[in-house]
Amino acid sequence: MDDIAEFALRMGDNALVLGHRVSEWCGHAPALEEDIALANTALDLIGQARMWLELAGEHLGRTADQLAFTRDAWDFRNLLLVEQPNRDFGVTMTRQFLFDAFHLPLLTALSGSSSPRVAEIALKSAKEATYHLDRSRATVVALGDGTPESHARMRDALDILWPYSGEAFLADDLDTRLVEAGIAPDPSSLRAEWERTVTSALAEATLDAPGSGFFHQGGRDGSRHTEHLGHILTEMQFLQRAYPGAAW
Amino acid sequence: MYAQMIESSGTSNRDEMTPEEAAFQDRIDAGEKIEPRDWMPDGYRETLIRQIGQHAHSEIVGQLPEGNWITRAPTLERKLILLAKVQDEAGHGLYLYCAAETLGVSRDDLTERLLDGRMKYSSIFNYPTLTWADIGAVGWLVDQAAIMNQVPLQRCSYGPYSRAMIRICKEESFHQRQGFDIMIKMARGTGEQKRMAQDALNRFWYPALMMFGPPDGDSVHSARSMAWRIKMNTNDELRQKFVDDVVPQAEFLGLTIPDGTLAWNEERGHHDFADPDWSEFHDVLRGNGPCNRERLEARRKAWDEGRWVREGMLAHARKKETAKIAAE
Repeated sequence: MDDIAEFALRMGDNALVLGHRVSEWCGHAPALEEDIALANTALDLIGQARMWLELAGEHLGRTADQLAFTRDAWDFRNLLLVEQPNRDFGVTMTRQFLFDAFHLPLLTALSGSSSPRVAEIALKSAKEATYHLDRSRATVVALGDGTPESHARMRDALDILWPYSGEAFLADDLDTRLVEAGIAPDPSSLRAEWERTVTSALAEATLDAPGSGFFHQGGRDGSRHTEHLGHILTEMQFLQRAYPGAAW
Repeated sequence: MYAQMIESSGTSNRDEMTPEEAAFQDRIDAGEKIEPRDWMPDGYRETLIRQIGQHAHSEIVGQLPEGNWITRAPTLERKLILLAKVQDEAGHGLYLYCAAETLGVSRDDLTERLLDGRMKYSSIFNYPTLTWADIGAVGWLVDQAAIMNQVPLQRCSYGPYSRAMIRICKEESFHQRQGFDIMIKMARGTGEQKRMAQDALNRFWYPALMMFGPPDGDSVHSARSMAWRIKMNTNDELRQKFVDDVVPQAEFLGLTIPDGTLAWNEERGHHDFADPDWSEFHDVLRGNGPCNRERLEARRKAWDEGRWVREGMLAHARKKETAKIAAE
């Protein structure tokens, strides 16, 4: 597979799988304003997924829908973080924050990519990621600082998700080639900014970052997803699998 | 048509009105808008709270049957369209709760009344969405029925409700077209898709007719509400208009409306059609529809499990406010 296609799958699958997770809240959020905001985030992410998968599809001779709805789990290239279940609103917003704090600097760097298609998609997505980060950060701060119950729930959320927060920064051979071609930044170069963002938010939220430096990996190269991804795909791909070839 | 069986209190007989009530009725008869700070009879206020509240609840509960297919939508484009639509419904709920708040009732109070069963939502949302074609049928039939009622309500006497309707109607007609577009794709698709489309019409036809409420002869509160211009047409008028509009659309789709008696009546200039089973309608209102339990459970779960979030947000906002005052 060519490097741009593989990279576009990483970007697109992050957006698609996280968008799917966030869309599960529609109609079930703690307040109407949150319901609307979560739907907005899901809309942005699925819209971004469509652009990245279209780009991958241009290189692979497939449509974005074919890539979204007919690949099996091992061909997905999303981070393990984004396939983690919603559990409660605290976990959902913590997952969003840990992702947004990585996603925004990545998209910002990609806006200067040597590939005009990558730069174009990144520029548009970065605008959305800016307010995603504003909102997820503010929510994490508010709920960490809020009541003893909300504080405890946010602490639990961090404990659950922290081991999935490091995979994004581990570079592999594909990353090395993308850096050499000026297409994408080295993911490890984004770590310092992520740490600054997370540390300052957690301080305001009166939360401590878990001390563990252990991180799960296997999502962005597809080598070992969690069990959750298969269930997401079972649901997401049902119609395309049950009625192959139909137009909708 | 998201408000059904709204109990209207007060009199529509001029001889029984106080001078204030008569003057109020004169303003309405002259086509004036009533605004939140204006004097209004208690009955007008209470009836509107019930009507707008039920409408708002219907938007919120109405997110559930369609939300049921967001994670299973068949293409990325359909997923985006459906998600945006269900989000619009949450937005409609928000405008309507705000309109109700102008009458002196809080959103939380209305929510509690929904969750403990004191207030209702439209019967239609107690029916399940079983296939993707149901998402088409809901847009095509349910949104179209809603538009029939809501377009005239843009001219209703209560200013905030009228203005909310103007915003909502723009989006509803867009939703209706999107639903019809799904039906076109399904009706012209594979044999299985056609079967889904026909099945959806079979299951949603009579529940859609029920959305307009009971026949005029049984609709006891209509006269008062119509005099106040918060109900603009009778249930039967709107139901007839709906049938007359939908019949050619079904023909265009090549689908069969599940009513053997349906026929054009030259003399009346309208279609004759069969009544829905009104005992089913009353059963659904009493809580015995196919999904009543699930719908309310979902809303209660969201409310109960969201409590710590709402309290946490509020506590944080208060701490910030206190810190700001201390700093000044």
